[in-house]
Amino acid sequence: MTANADTLRPPLVTGDKSLGDVTRDVCAPLERRPTGSWWAALAVSSTMLLVGFIAVWYQIATGIGTWGLNKTVGWAFDITNFVFWVGIGHAGTLISAVLFLFRQRWRTAVNRSAEAMTLFAVTCAGIFPLIHMGRPWLFYWMLPYPNTRGSLWVNFKSPLIWDFFAISTYFLVSLVFWYLGLLPDLASIRDRSKGLRRKIFSLVCLGWNGSARTWHRYETVYMLLAGLATPLVFSVHTIVSMDFATSVIPGWHTTIFPPYFVAGAIFSGLAMVLTLMIIARKVMSLENYVTVNHVDKMCKLMLSMGCLVGLAYATEFFMAFFSGNVYEQFVFKNRAKGPFSWAYWTMVTCNVVIPQVLWLKRVRTNLAFVFVIAIFVNIGMWFERFVIIVTSLHRDFLPSSWAGYAPTIIEILTFLGTFGLFFTCFLIFCRFVPVIAIAEVKGVLPAEKREQDDVVERSQEVAA
Amino acid sequence: MNERQLLVTFDHADDLLSAVETARRERWSIVDVFTPYAVHGLDRAMGLRPSRLTWVCFICGAIGGLGMLWFQHWVAAIAWPINVGGKPWNSLPADVPVAFEMMILLAAFGSVFALLAVSRLYPGKKAVMPSGEITDDRFVMVIRQDNAAFDADAARDLFEQAGAVDVRERVTDEEL
Repeated sequence: MTANADTLRPPLVTGDKSLGDVTRDVCAPLERRPTGSWWAALAVSSTMLLVGFIAVWYQIATGIGTWGLNKTVGWAFDITNFVFWVGIGHAGTLISAVLFLFRQRWRTAVNRSAEAMTLFAVTCAGIFPLIHMGRPWLFYWMLPYPNTRGSLWVNFKSPLIWDFFAISTYFLVSLVFWYLGLLPDLASIRDRSKGLRRKIFSLVCLGWNGSARTWHRYETVYMLLAGLATPLVFSVHTIVSMDFATSVIPGWHTTIFPPYFVAGAIFSGLAMVLTLMIIARKVMSLENYVTVNHVDKMCKLMLSMGCLVGLAYATEFFMAFFSGNVYEQFVFKNRAKGPFSWAYWTMVTCNVVIPQVLWLKRVRTNLAFVFVIAIFVNIGMWFERFVIIVTSLHRDFLPSSWAGYAPTIIEILTFLGTFGLFFTCFLIFCRFVPVIAIAEVKGVLPAEKREQDDVVERSQEVAA
Repeated sequence: MNERQLLVTFDHADDLLSAVETARRERWSIVDVFTPYAVHGLDRAMGLRPSRLTWVCFICGAIGGLGMLWFQHWVAAIAWPINVGGKPWNSLPADVPVAFEMMILLAAFGSVFALLAVSRLYPGKKAVMPSGEITDDRFVMVIRQDNAAFDADAARDLFEQAGAVDVRERVTDEEL
């Protein structure tokens, strides 16, 4: 039964590749000299990174008074960017862990780059709360360690401490998950190279030799990590949402926040994965591995997440109306019709309206269209966080303290700098590490797959 | 200690799987099998027991979760109780998120480091493998010739029929 169903599905890897072809094709971009476009992209992204570095330097030296915050809008650009970047990371874990548990074998084409994206996005995210502390050189005060101040411990009842633990754990677990998946591929590169390159890869692949006993344990641990990363990814954005939901601010203090944030995070992350992969497959000639079929599947996921996010927007409005709470009702009326209504309607258009065209298969399989839609979703999801944070704050309980908010150039350059950091890391990753999980793709090659199924069935018959 | 080994090389996972089954049926002792990817069903064909690393994961997770619950209670209610917004000192629900994260962190790191330890993988280790093509596209089964009754020629014929592309004998003292 399953064998028949599999042959009916389009193959995951096209072009009739053999095992050796997979190694060669994926390693090829790492072994030739970087192209001009790669250098150009690196020049742009590292310039952005440098600009961001200068902006961060300036605001740390001067203080966060360089931001556009005021007494009413105490959180704005910085926290928006933090939530934006954390959310981007979530699709990486969804693809590597959740889809692994659901036995979605197509994930093998995109999981490596999606996991790398997670690491870089979480790194970018971490910068913002760090600066927001005001005295970032004392960041280690977040750690509960015995100290000479009493010992004065951290306040474990504070969602900001939960956040610190959640983001740190998320980064570390994503890192080991990524590295573990990388081990067999690092060994592949080691065995293809000579000289210094071979020495370096021998060091980092930890002496991997492809032993079936190691593979057997490795598969067990990979499954365990997937099982751990799945609740972890849901917990991380749940906790991020609790930074807001545990407050008493109308527009933040709602129980829908955890699922709403998680859906939004995965939505934005899928958009970023699509943005990156559509470029990477072209630039690195990996069209046979990241096929239109893969893009189609990710678009379906993105569409479903977009609909969930749309449902959350509607639910928020309904709850505000149904609660009978005038403050809650005011916040939502103010979102749709107040001074930031342009941001609200940008968000709705980008996140709910535009993705609806993904119902059409013709659109899902047209990569140019998908790329444009993914960009819109990226923008829309940034605005979602901006709307949630700024519109809930800028008109508070006391009309005399109502205020507006506009980011300063320092804040904008800091945000630009994180894009520089993200793309610089991603470009370096593309040069030195296989962007496709070689060992995993080998397991889903059309020929290998069919033969294996036969053998398993045969051995089951023998056993019976 | 030197030992005679038979190295049987295959191009396809299915040939390897049936050869492993043959070797098991003939009661030859398989030292190890080397594959470029995790071949589905190979662990069963080789008769490997389910890994006990799941227990390591469980125990580390339990230590992380329960340990952190205790620590937060000790910090907030015993070592230095501080009144934050009139909340009770020993408020368990507020302790759940951090305890949960520590459970995941310890379980993940515990199982990965246990994997590296039992598989003896560490930075700079020299890979001990019968062929450099294993990480590319070759499957190699290593059989130990551990008694006089082992007929290497008969085995060679049997494996070549099963699709082996290369059957070699070697004497080695490498610990696999």
